[in-house]
Amino acid sequence: MSVIVFTLIILIGSYFAGLLGSLTGLGGGVVIIPLLTLLLKVDIHYAIGASLVSVIATSSGSAAAYVKEGITNIRLGMFLEIATTAGAMVGALIAVYIPTHYIAILFGVILILSAIMSLKKKVESINQEPSKLAEKLKLNSTYPTADGAVAYNVKNVGGGFFMMLFAGAISGLLGIGSGALKVLAMDTIMRIPFKVSTTTSNFMIGVTAAASAVVYLQRGYIDPGLSMPVAIGVLLGALSGSKILVHTSSSGWLRWVFAVVVTFLASQMIYNGFTGKI
Amino acid sequence: MTNKKFRDTDMQSIIGWILRAGVLISMSVVFIGGVVYLYRHGQSHADYSKFNGVPDFVHNTSGIFNGIITGRGRAIIQAGIILLIATPIIRVVFSAIGFVLEKDYLYLGITILVLIIILASMLSGHAG
Repeated sequence: MSVIVFTLIILIGSYFAGLLGSLTGLGGGVVIIPLLTLLLKVDIHYAIGASLVSVIATSSGSAAAYVKEGITNIRLGMFLEIATTAGAMVGALIAVYIPTHYIAILFGVILILSAIMSLKKKVESINQEPSKLAEKLKLNSTYPTADGAVAYNVKNVGGGFFMMLFAGAISGLLGIGSGALKVLAMDTIMRIPFKVSTTTSNFMIGVTAAASAVVYLQRGYIDPGLSMPVAIGVLLGALSGSKILVHTSSSGWLRWVFAVVVTFLASQMIYNGFTGKI
Repeated sequence: MTNKKFRDTDMQSIIGWILRAGVLISMSVVFIGGVVYLYRHGQSHADYSKFNGVPDFVHNTSGIFNGIITGRGRAIIQAGIILLIATPIIRVVFSAIGFVLEKDYLYLGITILVLIIILASMLSGHAG
């Protein structure tokens, strides 16, 4: 395949990956890695490197908007970034020693978990229970809603921190934002309002990905010829996605379609991992 | 603006601005490099099926620098990607400055710790 055809295919594929990733909140990386490895036979290390670059572009782009609206809890994000960057560093370092077919299988498993997570009904609950550690760390805050600022308290700081170590390691190992794991840690463990947890997770993804990208960059995983169309495509797709989200609120059916697609991709990754084709 | 304390909302708008500018600048550089790369190598054969690292001229700073001067597309793309990776890290540096201005030394410490981890990650990648 010539470079120009290859680049165009990736550009279009990445656009749709970014669009779907932003509409469902799963991120573009989960679609782009199967697309590159299964369809275009790209080595998984190159795919992970390119995906990581696109993750930084989209998360920084959308985080900029959320931070300005004051929804993001910057202190909480900063504190948890200790865990995610440390995890990401370890993940990126061990990625070199893990055989690629194990990475493919792990990718598939995380993908299915993320799909299930995206289907779960979100119940907005505001935790008022005080926690000593959260108070000391000044993690409790408020966020703007239609009826004015709502105050919330953060619970189980230690548990959330531990989960973030794991989320960071997965992000570094697989080259995805692992937003689903970050939201899981903040939603179910730390009891943070959904709107705050999604935006704060987004805020953290860029730094987490950068911590492992510096390792990948030096290992030669980030190829410019491949990363260029992936990053541009995913970013443009994510931008379109966020424009659509402003106009429509019900994306229930879309989540189902995406969950089915993702589960199919995940099983392909696992199957190819087991048969040693990746 | 006299006697106005530096507050969280100021920090929010500065961080938002840095992230936006960083993405915009770095992706423009990537795009320009991409155009040059496609113009020069559009008809070459694309093969990423076997991992063999990246070409030398995009693997170290001096190579990238020389590549940019000689107008090599991939060197320009790689420079854009490095700017993009730097964007969230620069954001963290500015948060540290913000916490100093707010006199929040607990969070200054936390922010510096995050920077140290990223630095360690950078150095450990080099060692391997």
